[in-house]
Amino acid sequence: MAKLLEVKNLKTYFLTDDGLVRAVDGVSYDLEEGETLGLVGESGCGKSVSALSILRLIPYPPGKIVDGQVIFEGRDLLKIKEEEMRNIRGNHIAMIFQEPMTSLNPLLTVGRQVSEPLEIHQNMKKKAALQQAVKLLESVKIPEAELRAQAYPHHFSGGMRQRAMISMGMGCNPSLIIADEPTTALDVTVQAQLLELLKGLTKEHGMSLIIITHNLGVVARYANRVNVMYAGRIVEMGSSIDIYENPQHPYTIGLMASVPRMDQDVKQKLIPIEGQPPDLANLPEGCPFHPRCKYAVEKCLHETPVLEPVDKNHKKACWVDIKSGK
Amino acid sequence: MENKNLLEVENLRVYFPVHRGTLIKKKVGEVKAVDDVSFKILKGETLGLVGESGSGKTTAGQAILQIEPPTAGKIIFEGKDITGLEKNERRKLRREMQMIFQDPFSSLNPRMKIGNIIEEPLIAHKLTNNRKENKERVEELLQMVGLMPSMAERFPHEFSGGQRQRIGIARALAVNPKLIICDEPVSALDVSIQAQVINLIEEIQEKLNLTYLFIAHDLAVVRHISDRIAVMYLGKLVEVASRIDLYRNPLHPYTKALLSAVPIPDPRLEATREHIVLKGEIPSPMFPPSGCRFHTRCPEAMPECSSRIPQLKEVDSHHFVSCHLFKD
Ligand SMILES: Nc1ncnc2c1ncn2[C@@H]1O[C@H](COP(=O)(O)OP(=O)(O)OP(=O)(O)O)[C@@H](O)[C@H]1O
Ligand SMILES: Nc1ncnc2c1ncn2[C@@H]1O[C@H](COP(=O)(O)OP(=O)(O)OP(=O)(O)O)[C@@H](O)[C@H]1O
Ligand SMILES: [Mg+2]
Ligand SMILES: [Mg+2]
Repeated sequence: MAKLLEVKNLKTYFLTDDGLVRAVDGVSYDLEEGETLGLVGESGCGKSVSALSILRLIPYPPGKIVDGQVIFEGRDLLKIKEEEMRNIRGNHIAMIFQEPMTSLNPLLTVGRQVSEPLEIHQNMKKKAALQQAVKLLESVKIPEAELRAQAYPHHFSGGMRQRAMISMGMGCNPSLIIADEPTTALDVTVQAQLLELLKGLTKEHGMSLIIITHNLGVVARYANRVNVMYAGRIVEMGSSIDIYENPQHPYTIGLMASVPRMDQDVKQKLIPIEGQPPDLANLPEGCPFHPRCKYAVEKCLHETPVLEPVDKNHKKACWVDIKSGK
Repeated sequence: MENKNLLEVENLRVYFPVHRGTLIKKKVGEVKAVDDVSFKILKGETLGLVGESGSGKTTAGQAILQIEPPTAGKIIFEGKDITGLEKNERRKLRREMQMIFQDPFSSLNPRMKIGNIIEEPLIAHKLTNNRKENKERVEELLQMVGLMPSMAERFPHEFSGGQRQRIGIARALAVNPKLIICDEPVSALDVSIQAQVINLIEEIQEKLNLTYLFIAHDLAVVRHISDRIAVMYLGKLVEVASRIDLYRNPLHPYTKALLSAVPIPDPRLEATREHIVLKGEIPSPMFPPSGCRFHTRCPEAMPECSSRIPQLKEVDSHHFVSCHLFKD
């Protein structure tokens, strides 16, 4: 398979009242064509910022991409002109957000919002674009799409708005969809409808998908590969099987043990990760996870670990070999 | 004989009128948020209450606490009907039942010190005799929820989400309640912090012999913490069973869909697991479907489902379901 996206040493910082926040601090990973990558980690660890950086949607000030490369279809997106970047956003990479209301225009009909990008990016005539928009709304299973296209976003339920967002993204036949917590605000059954829809669409069109979520079940079901983030860095990456069956970073191990599982009959006590999530403006020296880590050794207090292979395509950033405890 | 039920809810209904117009308000309809719901909670047990947004979980909890007066039905606490009590008696009842809320940020007064927040109910219910006793009790409560006594002097904004939830729990425990209604107590917390709070809720239950109504939409969490689980759909109970039965042998088509929709953190299992994808979304509670409220989305709907309302019946030992697929 060919590489679609290569993120290399990406750094995005924010200058805030509390000090410099290294929201994304040296993140590197690849994404192949047709692959679904899951991005997990606690609130504030830099998941959204790392995704927004790919599309250069970081508000400046206070934020800035200070280093790195984002190679997409052979070009470094951090180097191209803003005009070219707009074309990438409209035609090649689609983004779906958690709260669709913030990205839908309340004053335009849903049909208009889906058809407008088609006019701009694909030079379609107004009428043809509207017809295509209805088709797209049908493809995301909005009932009575022709009629619904004339409605405004606030007439739509949360699930329907998210469908409309997906159809907007699909209009340009993107090769990559980035979905940032696309279903977190939705009910379980609607969440399942949407994720199955996204899965079907990506499969049908051979698209890659980056799915950001804190739900470990969603990642297990939909992703082939997983990046686990902690305090602005990737601390472990691997295939979903690697991450779920053979987690190597103490944070990943902790996450897995702290969620209840539906398929366990016996009441097992949950094993929480002790302590509090990190404050990115005030990170400790050394490994940022060390204050909460039960495996930490002297070295962890002073030196920040980098990603090292533990196996083929499986990497972790941790000084301790969990199995031997060294 | 001693009554083993701490709480019995009988045919509870909570309807909210819907008005139109600004000057002359006209009632144009009503939301049947809770519609003929009955269940029991045994002493010392945890009953989980699950269902999608708007299904009436919070309203049911508030009706039990009499925050929201029931439109009809009975709420029997320790064998005594507590609906329509005098103000005085209702106040006394507040000591027996407490609530823990979803949002640890908005449920604490930002201008009050933690110590004052926790001692407020102690003073209101005259549970302590002097300031010294107050202070000791606050310290004891803070320790019980895993916080330091010195934290009594700090303000809510100095605490993380998980710590604020602990403070909310300490405040609820202050009056020595028998029943605690936990309304989505961990939904707003990060996964790693959720486990800390869930463990705390379990520990204090054991220590203080508490009874819980645990409301949440995360089925894995509810299943973990509950002895029995009740499933709601659009104001109605559709199934009640023990945690094991409900998962191993769900009977109602809605329960089946709900359980199958929850992905399990196990990629190998998920690769082969079938998901029942329901059509459509939960209908408006102002215009609920006729007959069985689930029939518009039910993969197994039959003609009678749109005309007859199914009743909750025991189809297996301690396993209740409300569905026409099951005959008495
Ligand atoms: N516009 C901004 N100004 C200042 N700081 C910001 C801004 N956006 C993000 N940050 C900071 O960057 C860090 C990473 O934020 P990000 O939104 O990527 O987290 P996340 O992992 O997506 O969390 P969540 O799960 O809550 O969505 C946070 O500490 C946040 O406070
Ligand atoms: N004070 C009120 N006035 C009018 N309608 C209300 C009121 N409170 C709740 N409702 C309606 O009653 C129904 C049930 O709401 P409730 O908050 O009990 O649901 P829930 O199951 O707790 O949902 P969630 O999971 O979103 O918390 C909803 O349709 C809601 O809009
Ligand atoms: Mg985010
Ligand atoms: Mg609620």
